[in-house]
Amino acid sequence: MAIGIRAEGLRKVYTSPPPAAAAGRGAGFFFLARGKAPKHKYEVVALDDVSLEVAPGEIFGLLGPNGAGKSTTVGVLTTRIRPTAGRAWIGEHDVWKERVPVKRLIGVVPQRPNLDLALTAREILIFHGAYFGVPAAKRERRAQELLERFQLTDRADRLVLGFSGGMLQRLSIARALMHDPRVLFLDEPSAGLDPQTRLLLWDLIRSDNQHGTTILLTTHNMEEADELCSRVSIVDHGRVIALGTPAELKRSIPGGFVVRLHLAASPPPLLASFERLPGVTGVRTSGDGAVDLYADRGGALLPEIARLSTEAAVEIRDVKISEPSLENLFLHHTGRSLRD
Amino acid sequence: MNLKTFLAMLHRDAHVARRNFVTLLLQTLFQPMLLVFVFGKVMTSSGLIRPEYKGMLLPGIIAIAMLLSGVWSVAMPLVSEFQFTKEIEDRLLAPIEIEWVAVEKVVAGMLQAIAAGLIVIPTAWLVMGSGVGLSFTRPLEFLALALLVSCLAAAVGLVLGTSVGQTQIGLMFSLVIAPMIFFGCAYYPWSALRVFPVLQKVVLINPIVYASEGFRSALVPRFPHLPKAAIYLGLILFDALFVSFGMRQFRRKAVG
Repeated sequence: MAIGIRAEGLRKVYTSPPPAAAAGRGAGFFFLARGKAPKHKYEVVALDDVSLEVAPGEIFGLLGPNGAGKSTTVGVLTTRIRPTAGRAWIGEHDVWKERVPVKRLIGVVPQRPNLDLALTAREILIFHGAYFGVPAAKRERRAQELLERFQLTDRADRLVLGFSGGMLQRLSIARALMHDPRVLFLDEPSAGLDPQTRLLLWDLIRSDNQHGTTILLTTHNMEEADELCSRVSIVDHGRVIALGTPAELKRSIPGGFVVRLHLAASPPPLLASFERLPGVTGVRTSGDGAVDLYADRGGALLPEIARLSTEAAVEIRDVKISEPSLENLFLHHTGRSLRD
Repeated sequence: MNLKTFLAMLHRDAHVARRNFVTLLLQTLFQPMLLVFVFGKVMTSSGLIRPEYKGMLLPGIIAIAMLLSGVWSVAMPLVSEFQFTKEIEDRLLAPIEIEWVAVEKVVAGMLQAIAAGLIVIPTAWLVMGSGVGLSFTRPLEFLALALLVSCLAAAVGLVLGTSVGQTQIGLMFSLVIAPMIFFGCAYYPWSALRVFPVLQKVVLINPIVYASEGFRSALVPRFPHLPKAAIYLGLILFDALFVSFGMRQFRRKAVG
């Protein structure tokens, strides 16, 4: 039976720099540095009230730019980060109170491969299986299967130090599958993969999902979310700003199409005249001086936009038309492009 | 606690240690053997030091070899595994409480320290030749000391490995560990410091003193050494201190 994920009001505030950074700071020793350094007021809100519910057997996407809080959310859900407030459950188990049963159920593919550099690829898989109590014969067999499935057999018995980024990523995924997790967390699984490997990965994710594994993946790739996820949460600045199926979300953008104009100037009368154009549902000025027109058509609007601008003696420097997409949705909600 | 997971992690560390056996062996043996050769062989054979010194030196060498190998085997991997490769995560995500991951590191370090001690005894004996005069009439005491000293070594390694960054670990060894060794009563008995009364009191905060004096009391009881009660009390207290501080640091470092 598939297992779901639930989170309520997750909040994470860092009041000190991350431990790794703290340890690397300056040349002082840990016991000398303490108290001597001036007290900086350090406060970073990584998560600001994130709630989500992932149905058993679902592929759920967290979509957002870098620093939106996706990885922190995964960290909290996988027992690795203690939330400042809020609770989370994997199936029936409270993530913070029942960490061991939770760890048994989950498989985690981190954003940056954290493979054991002292071991060969095969050993990484076998030892991982051993940590999870997979019997010896079964883990050898399973490791071989996964190495084949992820096309790693020719390098199976080498230390992973010299592996390419894509190979490390594939091995990370293989490792997460060694103990047959019921819930799989993939943090930016296709970052750094070539298109061919990405397709292979997508197939694997789908086939695993068909066998009843619940999957939560984070991505800033629209296509990936669109392609794989049954539902998507859009996250920005530690908050969930939209939730729904990719189709629902796309429908929710007023007009669907976005025409982004870079104008030499944007006098209000001109913007008002844009807004009166047939089919335009909204006009917004974004932070960097661009003007976004939400409309039910794209290119067809251009002659009229050009006419109005010419009449107002405003030069159009750049035009970009985007079709309905999650990217536009993100733009709509945050006023920023995902890649910003 | 999940024994299967714990043993699997221990197996992993043993596997890696076996792969790096030659490096580890050199690391463990090289420095102590140089000391043994110069002080125990060259100086004693040339008559600069009386031959009885051999027996006085060997327990100190055992203590230092165990300490260095225990500290090193826990601290160095931890520092790099916690650094940005985050290799430790596969064990932190294993189905076991994270405290046991730290305990496993300490146990692995203890085993390595004990192995180092066991290798050093016969090798040093061979290098120094006759006249060492160890007595193995107190095997239980020796065993208890070996456990306490190896635990000390591994726990110091845990503290260092979780508190010091990669850039400072080398400095830590030369600025903290090296003076601890020189003032650890390894090359001279604690009683020899009576001519420096202040120093004699100050070195008592150095856990290595109890390790060296402890092995002296068990292996060459004919030489002067700290009272046994003081030795065991010192080792137990320092073990408890470093283990608990190391666990605290590990927990802080392991969970974001």
